[in-house]
Amino acid sequence: MDKAKSMMDKKGASGPFHLANGQSQRGFQSPSVVSANGACSSSSSGHSHSSTNGENLHPLHHGDEPDCTGSPAKRSRLRRRTESVRRNRPPFPWFGMDIGGTLVKLVYFEPVDISAEEEQEEVENLKSIRRYLTSNVAYGKTGVRDVHLELRNLSMCGRTGNLHFIRFPTQAMHRFIQMGSDKNFSSLHTTLCATGGGAYKFENDFRTMADLELLKLDELDCLIRGLLYVDHVGFNGHPEAYYFQNPSDTQNCVKRPCTLDNPFPMLLVNIGSGVSILAVYSQDNYKRVTGTSLGGGTFLGLCCLLTGCETFEEALEMASKGDSTNVDKLVKDIYGGDYERFGLQGSAVASSFGHMMCKEKRDSISKEDLARATLVTITNNIGSIARMCAVNEKIERVVFVGNFLRINTVSTKLLAYAMDFWSKGQLTALFLEHEGYFGAVGALMELLKASDDL
Amino acid sequence: MAECDRVVSCTSSHTMDKSIILPPDEIFRNLENAKRFAIDIGGSLTKLAYYSTLQHKVAKVRSFDNTAKEAHGDKLYEIAVQEEVTARLHFIKFENAYIETCLDFIKDHLVNTDTKVIKATGGGAHKFKDLIEKKLGLNVDKEDEMTCLIKGCNFVLRNIPQEAFVYAKHADSEFRFQKTHPDIFPYLLVNIGSGVSIVKVESEDKFERIGGSSIGGGTFWGLGALLTKTKRFDELLQLASKGQHTNVDMLVKDIYGGSYGSLGLTGDLIASSFGKSATADKEFSKGDMAKSLLHMISNDIGQLACLYAKLHNLSRVYFGGFFIRGHPVTMHTITYSINYFTKGEVQALFLRHEGYLGAIGAFLKGAEEDNPNQYSWGENYAGSSGLMSVSPDMSPMQRARSGTFDMLEMDRLERQLVKLPLLQDPSSYIPDTVDLTEDALARDYWLYCFEDALDGVVKRAVASQPDLPEAQERAEKFRQKYRHKLQTLRQQPFAYGSLTVRSLLDTREHCLNEFNFPDPYSKIKQRENDGALKYYLKAVKTLDGLEWNERQFALIRGVLAGNVFDWGAKAVSDVLESDPEFGFEEAERQLEERPWLVDCYDQWFERLKGPPHRCALFFVDNSGVDIILGVMPFVRELLSRGTEVVLASNSGPALNDVTNNELQILTERIAAMDPVILDGLRDERLMLVQSGSSSPCLDLSRLDKVLATVVRERKTDLVIIEGMGRAIHTNYYAMLSCESLKMAVIKNSWLADRLGGKLFSVVFKYEVPTGKLSPDGSAPSPL
Repeated sequence: MDKAKSMMDKKGASGPFHLANGQSQRGFQSPSVVSANGACSSSSSGHSHSSTNGENLHPLHHGDEPDCTGSPAKRSRLRRRTESVRRNRPPFPWFGMDIGGTLVKLVYFEPVDISAEEEQEEVENLKSIRRYLTSNVAYGKTGVRDVHLELRNLSMCGRTGNLHFIRFPTQAMHRFIQMGSDKNFSSLHTTLCATGGGAYKFENDFRTMADLELLKLDELDCLIRGLLYVDHVGFNGHPEAYYFQNPSDTQNCVKRPCTLDNPFPMLLVNIGSGVSILAVYSQDNYKRVTGTSLGGGTFLGLCCLLTGCETFEEALEMASKGDSTNVDKLVKDIYGGDYERFGLQGSAVASSFGHMMCKEKRDSISKEDLARATLVTITNNIGSIARMCAVNEKIERVVFVGNFLRINTVSTKLLAYAMDFWSKGQLTALFLEHEGYFGAVGALMELLKASDDL
Repeated sequence: MAECDRVVSCTSSHTMDKSIILPPDEIFRNLENAKRFAIDIGGSLTKLAYYSTLQHKVAKVRSFDNTAKEAHGDKLYEIAVQEEVTARLHFIKFENAYIETCLDFIKDHLVNTDTKVIKATGGGAHKFKDLIEKKLGLNVDKEDEMTCLIKGCNFVLRNIPQEAFVYAKHADSEFRFQKTHPDIFPYLLVNIGSGVSIVKVESEDKFERIGGSSIGGGTFWGLGALLTKTKRFDELLQLASKGQHTNVDMLVKDIYGGSYGSLGLTGDLIASSFGKSATADKEFSKGDMAKSLLHMISNDIGQLACLYAKLHNLSRVYFGGFFIRGHPVTMHTITYSINYFTKGEVQALFLRHEGYLGAIGAFLKGAEEDNPNQYSWGENYAGSSGLMSVSPDMSPMQRARSGTFDMLEMDRLERQLVKLPLLQDPSSYIPDTVDLTEDALARDYWLYCFEDALDGVVKRAVASQPDLPEAQERAEKFRQKYRHKLQTLRQQPFAYGSLTVRSLLDTREHCLNEFNFPDPYSKIKQRENDGALKYYLKAVKTLDGLEWNERQFALIRGVLAGNVFDWGAKAVSDVLESDPEFGFEEAERQLEERPWLVDCYDQWFERLKGPPHRCALFFVDNSGVDIILGVMPFVRELLSRGTEVVLASNSGPALNDVTNNELQILTERIAAMDPVILDGLRDERLMLVQSGSSSPCLDLSRLDKVLATVVRERKTDLVIIEGMGRAIHTNYYAMLSCESLKMAVIKNSWLADRLGGKLFSVVFKYEVPTGKLSPDGSAPSPL
């Protein structure tokens, strides 16, 4: 679906998103409020490919790219462009939300270029929302702002601001909606762009509890759009993506930053509660190859049952201390060494949890070992399926995203190793710093694009 | 009843700890002549394999020496019961707990001192190496597990018809057996042991492990034991079969509130296995967790198998390993997963003898010098336990039997079997007309029918051996065995593949042979042959006196009337026993008048006006009147027309069917009276070949190799199949690439009813393959 098309200037000028370059943004007035609702309805229109005009297809550009500082003609074109953007800018606050099976991911654009005039006009509850979100790093018992992921001085839709990354458990969704109701969010006339299954599941709750209409967006569209955008704008001057050098050599395995300059085709493996695997050929041309129900939710679910832990952090902490070989049966446990007939190393796992068939071993196993084995089992399985898909789809670059990979170097390294080792170096595993937030970013962009469609 | 005895004895064997109460000589049979042992020790089951030679009684007929003018009474040949040595493969499966007891038993009964080595495979081979060497005094020679598995798999796929099946839990018949594919390669074998191996098999010796997964049976067992505190694999499966995975798994609808329409993901699809246990603060039931785990693992394996099948472009995927072994629960979840991931393009196939593959392969490795692969082998229904005989989830009664011993026996067939070269489409040929596994009504009838006929069979078996006093005792054993088989089949119609009239008949023959009744009808056949021969010349003379037109019809009526003489059919055997004088003419009077139930006589008659056939292959049926007064005059006419005739008769006895051995003598006798037959034999325009079968029915895909060669060399352009067993119970729908004639008299009122006819209705089916025959009857050669 070519929803991105509408974000493009037909003449190939800069898209609506810019990194702030100081002076140029100054003097912009607060946006006149436009009918966001009207804009929403058009979000599903405008599907055509723009790949024929030979210009940079990417709608997202850094502010310091030539066309922003180029010839007078270009500047004038840019001015006309920004004017139009300004007219169509949606009202604040700008949110993008991804309601997954386990976690809700929320991105919030905090404008930092608010003029005094604008500040005066700003309604109180909008201010209070901004202050609440930006002055805290934790919300309630379970909400967290990932401060380290904040994207600073980002230019979006002609405004400069910081993009904040917030998450809370889907279980707390009703409390969140209640809060929206308490803060009279609906009076702000903003459009709440939401993706993920929860956008459908909770749509009615938003409506009845908080008088809010959601603009529901497809999660895979959002994922790809958000991913490409964040990769493009970079991570506060650093690349968003990284890979592991020497993945098969634990001693010399190092994380290396990189960019997805020419990202297509890529196999995109999104590991949330479950796993979706997409073959992406361009921003708008992708297919869901397959998926598996053995994902982050399985890891956490099994860990909770096996060890009594309660959070992902706890589970990972335990896993980091454990040894899975006490739980898993290795090839060497069965064959005494390598299984040469089939070229299997002795250290390969022959049977996940295989030692646990034996009662004595079950009785003496530590929780840490169990957590580690669960993590390794799930990770290896995802790696194995991803690898098969990459081979079947003839794609060499495999990008892993999703919150399962958050603070989870055990899994990222294991995936990097699995891709490299089993493909004999043919496949590369890539990771992104904003692991699980791309769906939410993509939803936010839909909000901005929706207005631009007018 | 036998079934009950078994259950009781096995329950007690549990309580008596590792001692076998079952008579071990019924399990480890024929150990005196055993050699070439192989053993496959898995995680919980041991499979033992050996090769034995059997002293087997076979009935042979021998011509009396004509030159010596002795008094033989009226008999034209003598019947001799000879001891013949045949080879048999034995495979026995039992729980590892019995291994020591079993080894002791084997040691005590092992006479053959040539045996020095036992081939071993399986994970437990290492563990039990010392025990085996100590107990048996044999050297343990380890063989690669996967190599054995593949060898075994190839062997069963090649030698056991209906080895593979599709499992459909909610279908009318849970098991849908696959017709034997003429070419078994290539295929994918997914072996789910503690881990998973995915092997691509391209030929007998070429295979490759193309992938695998560590999430397998060991994961189900290990993780399941941790989660549910349930120790045994079987118990875990039981738990799982009762659980609700939706309480533990996060479904698409739990996330979306419904389906994810744009991707076509239904709401009930599992989005995240165990996803609910990560967020819900509650206790989960053991059953629910076990079920969730089962789904998780089955789906994962199914997905990987599909990815590999797709990558290597393979459509036949067999599943095996202890995770699958006879467990309907796992067969169902794997099948479900494969259907989901391939959208029905690939079917999950399972094997009846999956548990034996390793042992069979290890045995074959050790028996390479005997060249077992150059022979054809056949499953012995008498000596083999059926599918699911020890399945834990069949029923509570069956569950108590998990300590029983499961057996597979395969007989080496005298002749190598190949398919008839005249089958139109060998890959779609199914010999049997009705699959009783699917047709419950027909199944009930035939099971009843065979049970009802049992007394008569026993009586006849005893009568056939008047000089042997213990015949009565053996016959009783036969009765018990066969009745037990019938009872098993009533419970589990799928036990030996698709249940058919043919399999019921074959099982009976195997059981009779088992108790040394190689040919209960030998005397009856002898008497009837003698009697009929006396009328031969008269019959021929009558026919010769008829006009050509009339004669053609009389010949067909003759074959049909002859076919009424059938001891295998209950309706007839009642009459035959009460009135031995039931004559040929009377049989003709019993015949239905034209138009017959299936009546292609006019077409056949038209065809006869055309040029003669080059060569006719005739599958004959009964001894006595049938072959001598019905078939032979017809053969004579064919020869006179210039058509060569190949008479195919059974290699071994079955009911009162004429055997090749008997037919040789009969034909010589007729030749002595009839110059047409004599000339035919002398010029080799009349040939007698054996079918390779000892069944009253006919499987055209398993025929003697010599027969196939003759058929090809002679450029056979007409196939004639005679009798209920060969032309109605089997081959009624068989499509041949040349002209064919199927003739039978229906001697069973139930079957006649079903076909819309009555007792002694006639089926006369003349078929010409489309595009093979021009109107003038000049059929182009099919070869």
